[in-house]
Amino acid sequence: MPKPKSAYSQPTKFGKEDHHIIVVWVDNEAGVLARVIGLFSGRGYNIESLAVAEIDKKKHLSRITIVTKGTPEVIQQIKLQLGKLIPVHKVADFSRNDPKILFKELALLKVVGATKKLDKAKKLCKKHDGLILDKTKKSFVIQVTALRREIDKLVATLKPLGLISVSRTGAVAMTKGDEVFTQ
Amino acid sequence: MPKLLSGAEIVFKALEDQKVEYIFGYPGGAVLPIYDELKNHKSIKHILARHEQGAGHAAEGYARSSGKPGVLLVTSGPGATNAVTALTDAYMDSIPVVCISGQVPTHLIGTDAFQECDTTGITRPCTKHNWLVKDVNDLADIMSQAFKIATTGRPGPVLVDIPKDIQFNKGIYKVSKNKLEKKLNGALSNKINLKDVDKFIEMIKKSSKPIFYTGGGVINSGPKASELLRDLVSLTGFPITSTLQGLGAFPGDDPQFLGMLGMHGTYEANNAMHDCDLMINIGARFDDRITGKIDEFSPKSKKIHIDIDPSSIGKNVKVDLAITSDVTELLQAVIKRFKEKNKNFIESNKQKTAKWWSQIDKWREKKSLNFINSKETIKPQHAVQRLYELTKHQDTFITTEVGQHQMWAAQHYKFNKPNRWMTSGGLGTMGYGLPAAIGVQIAHPKKLVIDIAGEASILMNIQEMSTAIQYRLPVKIFILNNEYMGMVRQWQELLHDKNYSESYTEALPDFVKLAEAYGAVGIRAKTPGELDEKIKEMINTDKPVIFDCVVDKVENCYPMIPSGKPHNQMLLGPEDEKEEVSDEGKTLV
Repeated sequence: MPKPKSAYSQPTKFGKEDHHIIVVWVDNEAGVLARVIGLFSGRGYNIESLAVAEIDKKKHLSRITIVTKGTPEVIQQIKLQLGKLIPVHKVADFSRNDPKILFKELALLKVVGATKKLDKAKKLCKKHDGLILDKTKKSFVIQVTALRREIDKLVATLKPLGLISVSRTGAVAMTKGDEVFTQ
Repeated sequence: MPKLLSGAEIVFKALEDQKVEYIFGYPGGAVLPIYDELKNHKSIKHILARHEQGAGHAAEGYARSSGKPGVLLVTSGPGATNAVTALTDAYMDSIPVVCISGQVPTHLIGTDAFQECDTTGITRPCTKHNWLVKDVNDLADIMSQAFKIATTGRPGPVLVDIPKDIQFNKGIYKVSKNKLEKKLNGALSNKINLKDVDKFIEMIKKSSKPIFYTGGGVINSGPKASELLRDLVSLTGFPITSTLQGLGAFPGDDPQFLGMLGMHGTYEANNAMHDCDLMINIGARFDDRITGKIDEFSPKSKKIHIDIDPSSIGKNVKVDLAITSDVTELLQAVIKRFKEKNKNFIESNKQKTAKWWSQIDKWREKKSLNFINSKETIKPQHAVQRLYELTKHQDTFITTEVGQHQMWAAQHYKFNKPNRWMTSGGLGTMGYGLPAAIGVQIAHPKKLVIDIAGEASILMNIQEMSTAIQYRLPVKIFILNNEYMGMVRQWQELLHDKNYSESYTEALPDFVKLAEAYGAVGIRAKTPGELDEKIKEMINTDKPVIFDCVVDKVENCYPMIPSGKPHNQMLLGPEDEKEEVSDEGKTLV
């Protein structure tokens, strides 16, 4: 007889985990974010970033963008479970590598240090069309809009140059071309 | 100008519009305006429980046996938190329950006021949806949506939290057109695709080792679904097995029925599930108590899955044909199409499935539900069998608590009709059976309602005896008393080296005297010889009865799929126990 294994704690077939960007259109009502987030934490899905804001004042619609990681089965469950929530209107799921989708994240970075280092840091930011929002002799605050992984990289390289504060919005997404996502 | 109503009046108007006859509840400070209004609404009767959990399970029992939503009314703070177990139970077993809770006045929310708690926060993960009412003019709409959401799609509990000031405030009763019509648990459309129906039939025709695996979805779809299921099963001549929740959808004594499947299912049902080439899942959800070891679950079969909830499909098991639909609608479409095209299917198919049936008969010969009976002590299985034999001629409703007695009831009591079997399957709530029986008896005043119980479970909501007495509800509590938390003891025996840690109950009450203390009738049976007479006495007593059936203390519930094993490696009885359970198996429930 084969050695018995656990039916619950040892799923043998691990699918490959992939990054997905889930976009959820919801009624902007009290507690709606808690419903969405609670579903993720309650069912053990992970959230890498989260961006949310009202997009239609009249219809009280908000758009939530969540970056998550999971096997295809988990991503499918996330979509279906979100779809069951009452205030959810539609759910879109984009793979991070989808060429038809634009992904952007905005970061504010504060660098403090000597002029030499500051100049070097500014140069590094140039590649991403960094916009300097505030400047003193010892510091600057720059706004960078880029892909998540580009910002990750930038942050890592700026660390030794005096980066002391990072604020990021989390990714937002939009389809390219004249199409809009409908369900 | 339309007439202005107070929030409390709006609540009752909504309940009247929904044709609610009974509400189960318990009053308290934050819900008093609603209780005050009760006297003005004669068509609605309030059943006073003795604990909010009891009220919740009673509402569930009412809903499951009648097909109508159960309504629950509780106060803020502890009233709401006590109801959480019942709401979670209803959520897991897809039972429509509308819970109305009082809340501290709006201006006190967030101040840690007396009996304040974040009710919508606490109940968010255990309801389909919930609302904190902030404006009395929203209340009519919210109440209407609450009933809609609880009863449509995959049914479930909802909660409406109403602050006390909103209950007093005046507003308009106006229900706007429901914007939720389109929603069916997130499914885009519930239209049945004819292509799917044809594929369904094609798969039926191709298979030579088929099996129907049906669940609570058939019951939830209404009595018509059970009729249609019977039609389809007899049209195809295929074997059928059922989950715990699905019992009664198909007659338990029909030769095509293989009995319940799963952890304590029959040998023939589990082996047929394992070896089949076509599995037709109708309204079940591949729960872990059903599948056993998931990687070795029915390895050779094509699988069809019909579920009203799209998120149930593909969650645990990949399927070949998935149909998101209500069971009744789908079965209607399938049967119609099937009859058009396959007039003589049974005849032509008999040969194809003959081998399969003879294999099933071989499995049946194992008689996996058999047990060694005794003349000295009452075996619990024997007690359930006698209870069945003595009650089967009348329309009997059975509820259970949770544990060994629940499994013995599922194995040995044969159900022939839907909505006759109320048990806590998903959450496994000890203390469910008595309050549920009360709810059932409210819905069916003239019928025989029996709670098959264990002596440990029954003590978890024993206070509801008082409710049964107050409303003259002649529920029968049939306790299989072995002085142990039997299922815990069984797992400890099999998995924890017989270390019976805290599973023996010292100082149990004298259940006969306890019954008398409540004003009910107590009966005790100690030997097999007196069992039948005592059961008859119980049935003929037109009052609540606590029946203390003193049974074998160490009997285990078999057959059993040990944790971590697939369907075809069942333990049939004590002689199989010797095999060691792996360490991994021990970590399981």
